[in-house]
Amino acid sequence: MQEEIVSKDQLSKIESIIGAFKSVPGALMPLLHEIQNEMGYIPESTYPSISRELNLSVAEVHGVVTFYHHFRTHRPGKHILQICRAESCQSMGCGELETHVKCSLGVDYHETTSDGEISLEPVYCLGNCALSPAVMMDDQIYGRVNVKRIDEIIESVKEKV
Amino acid sequence: MSYTVFVPRDSSALSMGADKTAQTILAEAASRNLDVKVVRNGSRGMYWLEPLVEVVTSEGRVAYGPVLPGDVASLFDNNFLEGGAHALRLGLTEELSWLKKQERLTFARMGVVDPVSIDDYMSHDGFNGLKNALAMSGADIVKQVTDSGLRGRGGAAFPTGIKWKTVMECQSDQKYIVCNADEGDSGTYSDRMIMEGDPFVLIEGMTIAGVAVGATQGYIYLRSEYPHAMETLNQAIKNAYASNWLGRNIQGSGKTFDLEVRLGAGAYVCGEETSLLESLEGKRGLVRFKPPLPAIEGLFGKPTVVNNVISLATIPIVLDKGADYYKDYGMGRSRGTLPIQLAGNIKQCGLVEKAFGITLRELLYDFGGGSATGRPIRAVQVGGPLGAYLPESQFDTPLDYEKFTEIWAVLGHGGIVAFDDTVDMAKMARYAFEFCAIESCGKCTPCRIGSTRGVEVMDKIISGTDSTRNIELVRDLSDTMLNGSLCALGGMTPYPVLSAINHFPEDFGLVKKEQAA
Ligand SMILES: Cc1cc2nc3c(=O)[nH]c(=O)nc-3n(C[C@H](O)[C@H](O)[C@H](O)COP(=O)(O)O)c2cc1C
Ligand code: SF4
Repeated sequence: MQEEIVSKDQLSKIESIIGAFKSVPGALMPLLHEIQNEMGYIPESTYPSISRELNLSVAEVHGVVTFYHHFRTHRPGKHILQICRAESCQSMGCGELETHVKCSLGVDYHETTSDGEISLEPVYCLGNCALSPAVMMDDQIYGRVNVKRIDEIIESVKEKV
Repeated sequence: MSYTVFVPRDSSALSMGADKTAQTILAEAASRNLDVKVVRNGSRGMYWLEPLVEVVTSEGRVAYGPVLPGDVASLFDNNFLEGGAHALRLGLTEELSWLKKQERLTFARMGVVDPVSIDDYMSHDGFNGLKNALAMSGADIVKQVTDSGLRGRGGAAFPTGIKWKTVMECQSDQKYIVCNADEGDSGTYSDRMIMEGDPFVLIEGMTIAGVAVGATQGYIYLRSEYPHAMETLNQAIKNAYASNWLGRNIQGSGKTFDLEVRLGAGAYVCGEETSLLESLEGKRGLVRFKPPLPAIEGLFGKPTVVNNVISLATIPIVLDKGADYYKDYGMGRSRGTLPIQLAGNIKQCGLVEKAFGITLRELLYDFGGGSATGRPIRAVQVGGPLGAYLPESQFDTPLDYEKFTEIWAVLGHGGIVAFDDTVDMAKMARYAFEFCAIESCGKCTPCRIGSTRGVEVMDKIISGTDSTRNIELVRDLSDTMLNGSLCALGGMTPYPVLSAINHFPEDFGLVKKEQAA
């Protein structure tokens, strides 16, 4: 895996995020969210500053980041496509949908397309179980998704490039 | 003449294009020089009709749906702003039988009001419960909650009043109210609906809890999969502070209550209350040993009420109308109403709030209209991924905590997922183990290792290898998990697994026993 480069600018931004949260009770989770919002993932190079300011060990920070499925340790694609694979969506054929998407994008779950456009992630329930199968592209949620519709959703984000 | 049109902001409505519908209505109104105000309400819960658009007329609100952008021009042509006839016209919303047959107590305002308008909330009985509570002693509030018979709607069905009493009686400089908004169960979305469609009722319920037990700080632990709920909640909290329904000296009462939303990060186990508290403290979501109970040593070691969104959102009506009013609904020891969520392969999916006692069959067919695919419904899973699968022969079971226990099933958070006859129950059993393996916090061996072993054995069964012996293995493994797990993730994964084997043996390469119950 290639070493992730974090620019000076981003580092100073991260320092200010850490500064803003450090006196908040239970600061680590909101802080990690904020860093991921800013960077798209949580670079390992931020662990030392986080651990110093929050009085934790680097191992503890690492432990928390890796415990939660939502936190990413590597830079994702430009867009993130989450397919719900929980029971409700299974009952409406999400299996077919996931096979189709994996095939057409040429990636498995937790992978990014070779053009760096789309990262594919499984998700266990989006709360859209009344309109299964459901997917989420970035922050946009879609219901009653079929093979045709998911192709359109994927195309729509690619066009914007 | 100005017109008011409602287009939901609910995530599920958005998933069917409600934003585009709202924009198209505004654009069309502008091009026709009509004065139209669009209110982004919550969903009425009739999801197969989303985006459901309502207009205010002299007779009441008239519903149209599902309204896609392409339908908007013709709706204007047919004078829908005054309730005109159209193929999508459904009638007066309040008269729609799907809604009319319900008993909406917790969801009384759902879809009716502008979710972030304090004025709207107050003109629909909002804050009546808190006003009463502010004039009562903590002990009297707790007594009302206990007398109402309300049991936790997050899954464990523990009496809410008893939990509050424990926290109230603890001596401490700091106590907390924590709302469990992790809603991880597949097939459930009632918490999300409240947070997106009537967030003030949750804020009011949490404030009442704070006043009752003497807690001044609340946290809503919200799953990260719900960005829209986050936005609406934060707006509502801001508005509540601005009008002094949160913060210091609430409405001159001398009481203080502060409230903040904290995001989870995609871990199912963090819905378990002690794992949730660890996460709120900024740690890995490892389940804690009990005792101590969170009510005694909870968040940051302080006495803490942890309640589900629906439990807390039900408090205002109890304090407004009284314990007896609420208790009058229901059956046996299951008092009040349950917001039931129909999900999966059902034609008319949505939120049905009914008194306990309604049967699965009524829900699946009278409300749900049967399967979405038109094939027979073969199995339903009630109560999320840790709930049992039930066959048709059990569809007459009334929704009641104890009746479900009798058939080795659970109501959980009230989600019902239906499957048609194309389902392979062996695959569903495999998935139950797989889900447990993915989400296990790793603290106990039966859950951490057993679930992965379960997947392997299920693979053998699915490929037809030595079914009888391997099913015995699954049963042994399930026994170990049932008895040797610290929390219900490992401890209840055997529910979906064993119920699938027992009720649908033919899917596991076994011969179906005739007339098996
Ligand atoms: C694995 C697991 C996941 C859970 N997920 C949730 C959840 O998402 N929401 C919830 O309210 N309760 C959940 N619970 C139940 C909580 O531990 C706890 O009982 C509940 O928050 C108490 O609130 P109530 O009494 O109002 O139901 C979960 C329990 C377990 C074991
Ligand atoms: S049963 Fe599983 S999730 Fe629950 S405490 Fe044990 S290892 Fe953790």
